Amino acid sequence: MSAVAAVERSLARIQALEPTLSAFNTVMAERALERARALDATAPKGPLHGVPVAIKDNICTAGVPTTASSKILAGFVPPYDATVVARLEQAGAIIVGKTNLDEFAMGSSTENSALGPSKNPWDVARTPGGSSGGSAVAVAARMVPMALGSDTGGSIRQPAGLCGIVGLKPTYGRVSRYGLLAFASSLDQIGPFTHTVKDAADVLQVIAGFDRHDSTSSSEAVPDFAGALTGDIKGLRIGVPRAFLGHGVDAAILAAFEAALQVCASRGATIIDIELPHAGYGIPIYYLICTAEASSNLARYDGVRYGYRTPLQKDDTLQKMYERTRDEGFGAEVKRRIMLGTYVLSAGYYDAYYLKAQQVRTLVRQDYDRAFEQCDVVATPTTPNPAFRLGEKLSDPVSMYLEDIFTVSANLSGLPAISLPCGFAGRGDSAAGTRLPIGLQLTGRAFDEATLLRAGDAFQRDTQYHTEQPPVG
Amino acid sequence: MSTLTQKDVQRIADLARLELSHEELDLFTRQLGDILTYVEQIRSLDTTGVEPTSQVLNRPVDRDDAPGPTLTRPQLLDNAPDASMEAGLFKVPRVIG
Repeated sequence: MSAVAAVERSLARIQALEPTLSAFNTVMAERALERARALDATAPKGPLHGVPVAIKDNICTAGVPTTASSKILAGFVPPYDATVVARLEQAGAIIVGKTNLDEFAMGSSTENSALGPSKNPWDVARTPGGSSGGSAVAVAARMVPMALGSDTGGSIRQPAGLCGIVGLKPTYGRVSRYGLLAFASSLDQIGPFTHTVKDAADVLQVIAGFDRHDSTSSSEAVPDFAGALTGDIKGLRIGVPRAFLGHGVDAAILAAFEAALQVCASRGATIIDIELPHAGYGIPIYYLICTAEASSNLARYDGVRYGYRTPLQKDDTLQKMYERTRDEGFGAEVKRRIMLGTYVLSAGYYDAYYLKAQQVRTLVRQDYDRAFEQCDVVATPTTPNPAFRLGEKLSDPVSMYLEDIFTVSANLSGLPAISLPCGFAGRGDSAAGTRLPIGLQLTGRAFDEATLLRAGDAFQRDTQYHTEQPPVG
Repeated sequence: MSTLTQKDVQRIADLARLELSHEELDLFTRQLGDILTYVEQIRSLDTTGVEPTSQVLNRPVDRDDAPGPTLTRPQLLDNAPDASMEAGLFKVPRVIG
């Protein structure tokens, strides 16, 4: 297929479904077609030649608005490309649009977007998950074959799980964060959404590797990820933290999870029990650490250098301008997190909350170090529940936070983790016949994405969940 | 320890440079209190002698202090809500009387 044909197909699909799903903040139709025509006029130059991709709208695109779904970035047009954007384009990919997210990637449902929520294509009354919900919807609804998201506490894997697609959070440092609007700098990582593990391997191959613009990006050698997809998982040891799965997990999810383990076992993997004694503390320490970092990172939005500024009134001081700009520009969840982060870093509370959380973070990491002496990957469900209804958890921040219980540990430990479609939950309380996707999460050793991808690919050779299409369009 | 008063929340808002409405003050006093009660569970964990993790890389993140190409002044001013292109400056409300 020509690049122009691929882009036209993608744009037509976006045009047809966008009114129902609200996946995109910006569609770059003209620019994408222009680039496709240019690509068709040349010899294929990269592994993603002519492939339409969508980019989460907290990743900078030169000359194209980048809003983080926040009013405070209204009018912001980055003068530079994020490294991942430059690398995708270098590989021949064509960016067709910027996708919706929870404001500044803070949320698990896209309901915190200043532009309104995206809808789950499996049931449009439900959330696609978040924060990278728009990217997950765009891939799940076949608007684009691949997309980028960012993952700070599960923001790639959770929406991938709830939308029935593949989502990969690479090891911290594997992919440059240059041009990603910072939320929590010690946790943020960019990664792909795709249908197949093979495609995820191909995207990772393109975006991975050291970047001099990000001093936390790693110079660790980037292996041949596609070459790792041998289908052979004989002897692979899959650790299951049984005690951690004991509470509050939906029955359909547990059943799908057990069935998925059986699929792996029948390919020769060994399933063993492991313990992650501190995993249950993941959510509380995550919300102390990510808010502390966010309160610092978001201090830059002050109405001076970019984005929104409050209309000035007579006698406004500089401080008044800052305070009103930030109150009017940020949404409720962002303000809540800035407030919590400011509090836990403030004199008298730093040791009790922030320092304590950092110490427990060490214990969470050590749990994984011990687990990986016994196993090669750790398996859990991606989420405790299938997609919840829009509005259901909005008034109760803690219940929303708990949806990330299985995903935050990988960010706290810096480890790579992947979510794979592994089944469906029926929902009688919704429209007749509604099926909601279920995700299997595999977490691996640092910089060992290859083993995750090999296991995921092997799983997809024996299952068809990733080929099922949602009932839209 | 996690009983937050409106006065505490106002003090945090001042530190965070957020001008909150009365409704927001009410809401955040309650919700931040709930969140702090929830995170209280970590306080019972014994972490004596445990090193804190501030970042997971086991190496320094410094780079050479060498100048390189940067964005131009007009490129940077271009996104400002108020700027003087001629003077090359961001404009803000008067600071000194």
